[in-house]
Amino acid sequence: MRKVFAAGLVILFGVVLLLGLSKTMDIAGYEDGLISGKPAEAYINKNVTEESGEIIYGETKDAETGSANMVTSVIANYRSFDTLGEVTVLFLAAVGVSMLIGGSGKEKKRKKSGFILRTAAGIIFPVMLITGIYIFTHGHLTPGGGFPGGSMIASSFLLLYMADEKFSLKLSGFKFAEGIAGSLYVLAGAAGLFIGGYFLMNFLPTGTVGTLFSAGIIPIIYVIIGLKVGSEITGIISDMLKEEVSV
Amino acid sequence: MIRLASLLLILIGLYGIFSTRNVIKILVGVNIMELGVNIFIISVGFVSGGIAPILTSGSFSSALEFVDPLAQALVLTSIVIGLGITALGLVFARKIHSKYGTYDLNAAGGSKDD
Repeated sequence: MRKVFAAGLVILFGVVLLLGLSKTMDIAGYEDGLISGKPAEAYINKNVTEESGEIIYGETKDAETGSANMVTSVIANYRSFDTLGEVTVLFLAAVGVSMLIGGSGKEKKRKKSGFILRTAAGIIFPVMLITGIYIFTHGHLTPGGGFPGGSMIASSFLLLYMADEKFSLKLSGFKFAEGIAGSLYVLAGAAGLFIGGYFLMNFLPTGTVGTLFSAGIIPIIYVIIGLKVGSEITGIISDMLKEEVSV
Repeated sequence: MIRLASLLLILIGLYGIFSTRNVIKILVGVNIMELGVNIFIISVGFVSGGIAPILTSGSFSSALEFVDPLAQALVLTSIVIGLGITALGLVFARKIHSKYGTYDLNAAGGSKDD
């Protein structure tokens, strides 16, 4: 009975969705959309507040945001306030997880891992850690950024948990790093407020597009986000693995 | 075609949420639905002939045709929040299981007729 009711509801919703969307867009294929005229055109040409002309990789100096990766310029500059909210949501999730299951004291018995995993983990762990740090420090130049880099750092610690059944992280350092990174993000925003007049303003010189030391405040914010996300997800993983299971 | 596929994913996820009272299965449904929504948003940002919105030494000028970076930034936000929801939901499911011994919401004391 429940399944029939669910199927009917889903079909009704699907018909409404199809009818509504087919009026506004080509639902079966791609429409021949152009970027000109979309709001994002200003983000690509970097002329939200001022005209800056054509942006050339490696040549243009002091352009608005100065980030070669345009997705990063949206996330960590134009809509940085959204990202602050997003980081807060992730923080709340991590706090909820650690409040609900962390600190039970009893360690869950984990299975002993195989020889190949134990040996390889020692080699792969530093490579994963360094790659994660590379990804979030180059977030304004290459694909990736604070969130994927932080997740990669967390997954390197997950590898250590999997490789050694007695391994246990001391989480106080991670919680400290997480708190410091969160406060630094707000402080960077407040610095923009005092120097330039609005919250999270890009107040540093933006340099040449495409170089490592460019884009002003964006790499700083992405390193902060990377550290925060890395320590938060590591905390979630450790809390979940330490939970005692009573089946 | 990809839009129809993403709508199908949304509907599959919705069916998963409606048809069962098992918390873990509901979470799986939420994740499938979220995947469909993400694919749909990315497809809205598509530009025919567009390249990835990153300036490199290969695609060096902002005058080239890029796909919409705004849709990709929104999906990045949505992925991260989906991760938070899934982690918190799994912990709630764990709590329900340790208190009632089951993942089924009906058996755990919800009303019988819904």
